[in-house]
Amino acid sequence: MMWWLLMQSAQANTFMPPAATDIAERVNSLYGFLLWASFISCVLVIGGFIYFAFKYKRRSENDKTAYISHNNFLEFLWSFVPFLIFMAVFVWGWAIYSQMRTFPEDALEVHVQAQKWSWSFEYKNGRKSSGELLIPVNTPIKLVMTSSDVLHSFYVPAFRAKQDVVPGRYTALWFKPKYKGEYQIFCTEYCGEQHSGMLAKLKVVSREEFDDWLANDPYKGLAMEEVGQKIYTARCAICHHTNDQKLVGPGFGGLFGREETLQGGEKVMVDENYLRESIMNPNAKIVAGYPSGQMPTFAGQLSEQEITGVIEYIKTLK
Amino acid sequence: MSSAPGVNYLNEKSGLWSWLTTLDHKRIGIMYMISVLSFFAIGGAFAMLIRWELFGAGKNIVDAATYNQFMTFHGAIMTFMVIIPGVPAFLGNFFLPLMIGAKDVAFPRVNLLSWYCLMVGAAISFWSLFYHGADTGWTFYTPYSIQTDNGTTWLVAGAFVMGFSSILTGLNFIVTVHKLRAPGMTFFRMPLFIWGLYSTAVIQVLATPVLGITLLLLIAERTMNIGIFDPAMGGDPVLFQHFFWFYSHPAVYIMILPAMGIISELITCYSKKTIFGYRAIAWSSIGIAAVSFFVWGHHMFVSGQSEVAGIVFSFLTMLVGVPTAIKTFNWVATLYKGSIEFSAPMLFALGFIFLFTIGGVTGIMLAVTAVDVHFHDTYFVVAHFHYVMVGGTLMAITGGIYHWLPKMFGKMYNEGVARFSFVLIFIGFNVTFFPQFVLGAMGMPRRYYDYLPAFEPLNKVSSLGAWTIGVGFLFALYVVVDCILRGKKAPDNPWGAKTLEWQTSSPPPHENFTTQPVVTGGPYEYR
Repeated sequence: MMWWLLMQSAQANTFMPPAATDIAERVNSLYGFLLWASFISCVLVIGGFIYFAFKYKRRSENDKTAYISHNNFLEFLWSFVPFLIFMAVFVWGWAIYSQMRTFPEDALEVHVQAQKWSWSFEYKNGRKSSGELLIPVNTPIKLVMTSSDVLHSFYVPAFRAKQDVVPGRYTALWFKPKYKGEYQIFCTEYCGEQHSGMLAKLKVVSREEFDDWLANDPYKGLAMEEVGQKIYTARCAICHHTNDQKLVGPGFGGLFGREETLQGGEKVMVDENYLRESIMNPNAKIVAGYPSGQMPTFAGQLSEQEITGVIEYIKTLK
Repeated sequence: MSSAPGVNYLNEKSGLWSWLTTLDHKRIGIMYMISVLSFFAIGGAFAMLIRWELFGAGKNIVDAATYNQFMTFHGAIMTFMVIIPGVPAFLGNFFLPLMIGAKDVAFPRVNLLSWYCLMVGAAISFWSLFYHGADTGWTFYTPYSIQTDNGTTWLVAGAFVMGFSSILTGLNFIVTVHKLRAPGMTFFRMPLFIWGLYSTAVIQVLATPVLGITLLLLIAERTMNIGIFDPAMGGDPVLFQHFFWFYSHPAVYIMILPAMGIISELITCYSKKTIFGYRAIAWSSIGIAAVSFFVWGHHMFVSGQSEVAGIVFSFLTMLVGVPTAIKTFNWVATLYKGSIEFSAPMLFALGFIFLFTIGGVTGIMLAVTAVDVHFHDTYFVVAHFHYVMVGGTLMAITGGIYHWLPKMFGKMYNEGVARFSFVLIFIGFNVTFFPQFVLGAMGMPRRYYDYLPAFEPLNKVSSLGAWTIGVGFLFALYVVVDCILRGKKAPDNPWGAKTLEWQTSSPPPHENFTTQPVVTGGPYEYR
């Protein structure tokens, strides 16, 4: 099986997702070289010792063996040749890494906000989106990223691009997608319970489609609860079901109008004001049976229209 | 002191108290053996649970919060309680004085203290389970480790205390190697296992205090909010990573260097041949130990550290590759024109070379900055370090245990079952971890409770492999227990080995040798 996998990887050059940027293609070439070099080294070392092991298998307990203490030339050779290979791939990697870290001046900037456990994006004109990053094709994009709670890491395998997102500072990442399409965004820095659910989509569209999308009010013509449903899908669904089942937080089904018991034993009625407080200041009143500190605040992240929309949406869930 | 015939370190005194207060390095080694094997069973059980949960997409046995505890305890137990003490404190304790012809280590009381540090530290770590456990991963990255509301403080405090065990063992070994070698045992006549232990000891003494300081700061941050790592108070969470890896990268050499030493012993003994390039192997241990202090930043290529730092750390990491490659080539060259016996310890040694070579070349891939950006924090990294730590260190420990069982207990083990355990562990290992390289290349991040459907088939294969390893280690455990309870009496030197530990009786008497050995040649004089 390993042999098969090795041959497959050597022939196809890669098991990586199809490269969607120039830099990703360069990474593929380097990776392909490394795979071949590794494959040949493994064949030499592993093949070598298996050959010796069988050729010089013990015949009798009285076997005499050759006394070979060292060989300077051989030892120099197998120190120096690996050293040369290591230096070659080091410099090759350095060259591509520098391109990854050199930001084009004309890049389109998008701000990225990471938070347990969702990604949200804000464009220069104030247009916001969550759970989906829409960008134009063949345009360099620079992401300026920060986190509001713990470390996260923004990773798009198809672009071979990854950067940790650190609270209290900005980190940046750039790429220039060559093809239209939909790509997967992962969080690759462990961030707690729903780490593996902290996914988003990256959509590459034509310039025209992007400009249209950027200029439009995303909620035009939508009812309040439809606005809320969009926010729910992008930001809330990772922790809250629409039925009454507990996930990380309580399910929203039948929540509105229910009486809940808080950690201190106090009772509270789930009404518009309680929901609003729970979105803006989640640790103020925690229902018994839930840990504090799990839910991040959404203050400053959701507009009035969106907060009201979410509350109205929760009211529709029976 | 000479002992009466039939009296050895095992039967010279009896009763639990005589063990708990013993100053004999061999008895302390056996106590480490029991501790480390027990921790290994617990850490292994967590591994089995992890692979069970990952057998299919979605929830299989537990929820995400519990899974995160599994992966945290698996990592913390295996690193701090199994692999770090595994070779030096267990096998090293038993064999270092024997192999240099000494009566004991330099500071027997300190040696006993280090065992108690490990046990107290482990108890404190497990105490965290009474406070809802810990879910930070074994790396305790801030600020998550500051914010999470559970027993993380206890786990961290336990690791802090266990650090003292490591420091004391290292200190003891350095002094022992310098002061207690038998007459004629020059540095370059020492067995290569001793060189490995010596290099390791230097790292233990110099690097572990940094971990101690870091963990103390983390505890202070969690309990007193001092604001060094917490960005909300002006701290820097990335600083924690620098501190942490300044210890934890050298720590992987604490785990692998003495294991490489074991391999040198096994390869020479079971091919009845002197080692090829003794000095190169000895110096490469020192070289690896020295460079290991300057490579920590390769864990942080995408953390937000500067581009220049990334390039420098990439370069330095390449330098570690050279002495590692030298060792591997020398082992292979040693086999040339040897008389090779495929006994169980030798199978583990050859298995080590096989797996460690794959672990090594993938390590070079990860040291290449541009490629690491894609692989960082994916299953590729998980596969790489398991190839090195399990395929490397654990294979060496298992082979070493088989090799030295007759010396430790004076009894022979069941060769057939031991070989069978190798077959299961070796095949199971590759079936578990090779697919994880592919998963990483496909882009599956690590520490994931759930995954996309595209990742499911290879995860299933990986889980099946893990259970095979589990069964393999159960057979290995059977071999050890069977040997101790029912093994046939072992001769003093069943393998015809040349190093000093085989020149005394099996099991050795209280002070190791009845007459002081005098050394007149190198350790592997198979002529």
